[in-house]
Amino acid sequence: MAASITTVLVGHIVEEDEQLGIDQLCELCAVERQQVLELVEEGVLEAAPPGQLRFGGVSLRRLRIATRLRRDLGVNVAGVALAIQLLERIEALERDLPR
Amino acid sequence: MKFKDYYDIMGVPRDATADQIKQAYRKLARKYHPDVSKEADAEARFKDVGEAYEVLRDPEKRAAYDQLGSGPPPGQEFRPPPDWGSGFEFSGAGRPGPAEHGGFDGTGDSSEFFETLFGRAGAARARQRRPRERGEDHHARVIIDLDAALEGGARALTLRVPEVDAEGRVHLRERALNVKIPRGIQAGQHIRLAGQGETLPDGSKPGDLFLEVVFAPHALYRAEGSDLYRELPVTPWEAALGSQLQLPTPGGAVDLRIPAGSKAGTRLRLRGRGLPSRPPGDLYVTLQIALPPADSAAARAAYEAFAAATPFNPRLPNGA
Repeated sequence: MAASITTVLVGHIVEEDEQLGIDQLCELCAVERQQVLELVEEGVLEAAPPGQLRFGGVSLRRLRIATRLRRDLGVNVAGVALAIQLLERIEALERDLPR
Repeated sequence: MKFKDYYDIMGVPRDATADQIKQAYRKLARKYHPDVSKEADAEARFKDVGEAYEVLRDPEKRAAYDQLGSGPPPGQEFRPPPDWGSGFEFSGAGRPGPAEHGGFDGTGDSSEFFETLFGRAGAARARQRRPRERGEDHHARVIIDLDAALEGGARALTLRVPEVDAEGRVHLRERALNVKIPRGIQAGQHIRLAGQGETLPDGSKPGDLFLEVVFAPHALYRAEGSDLYRELPVTPWEAALGSQLQLPTPGGAVDLRIPAGSKAGTRLRLRGRGLPSRPPGDLYVTLQIALPPADSAAARAAYEAFAAATPFNPRLPNGA
């Protein structure tokens, strides 16, 4: 199993080197366009620059969480927006906690 | 095989109504959802709950499951009765909804118990998709050390990949990858590895693998976006009188000037000394005042002289 691996894979940072188009984002998260648009409207996903429907990695991450929360917990769009906002706030607070 | 008591998992009585079961599911799903929960075994519990709900929400499956009673006596292996499933007609997969509980990201992996009773049909929610031109993209979250982002360099990562074998069972396979971590990558960003996603049997274009980066706690630095934070202990006189010292930073040592009159919690910013992202982040240094111990006659005498020379009561503002 732990065969020695000699090849080093080189990737690039999605957020810096590319912006995802809406179709790509849909494909990556296996969701319908409509769901992405709803989340944009709710302010969960931010297109940059606004109006052009190009997205960065934060959107990729949020869309994946949003998709799971909707699927698993039956949360609606507003609920997802609130949940993600609170989750990110918890993350920020936990980062600030002294170790 | 171990018997699974779905009623016990859901915490409902055996005569629970459909509404009670739904409520219990919602509550447990919120509690153990891997995106939300901080419990160590959240993912496993979430799967158990999902599986239990999948059976108990479905009148056909629930009725069939109820025939098993509450399982074999403790410690004894469970074997499905020989006449299992006869007389029941399972309508099988196809219902969308919260039932796709498994795998967290991607393939469902139900327990052996579930699959023996209800087959893969109920579990794997067969992906009815059009013939695909390329493999699916895969996602994984990886924990890397901050030094990798500071210096760049290859790191050995191990991913758990769910795989479906010839009989349709799901196994977790460990996959070792050696990945070059791009310098300056930040937590929450993704590394895209072209062609490392799903490979289709027909050998057409494989999908990509996306790695979401999370940093392991670092002895010195805490990262937030491209900025780094650290604490720096100084002596009371360095803080009060000001001083200059050499501070090692990720980009090399710098001269740090502590301004006179600094307090505990004073934050100094070193521009461009954070993560080497594009643009580079800043390094924030928070001062801590460390008190020298009064563990010698000389030190005690110095404290006493200081006390005599300085009328200072730090509690005055809060009235003590």
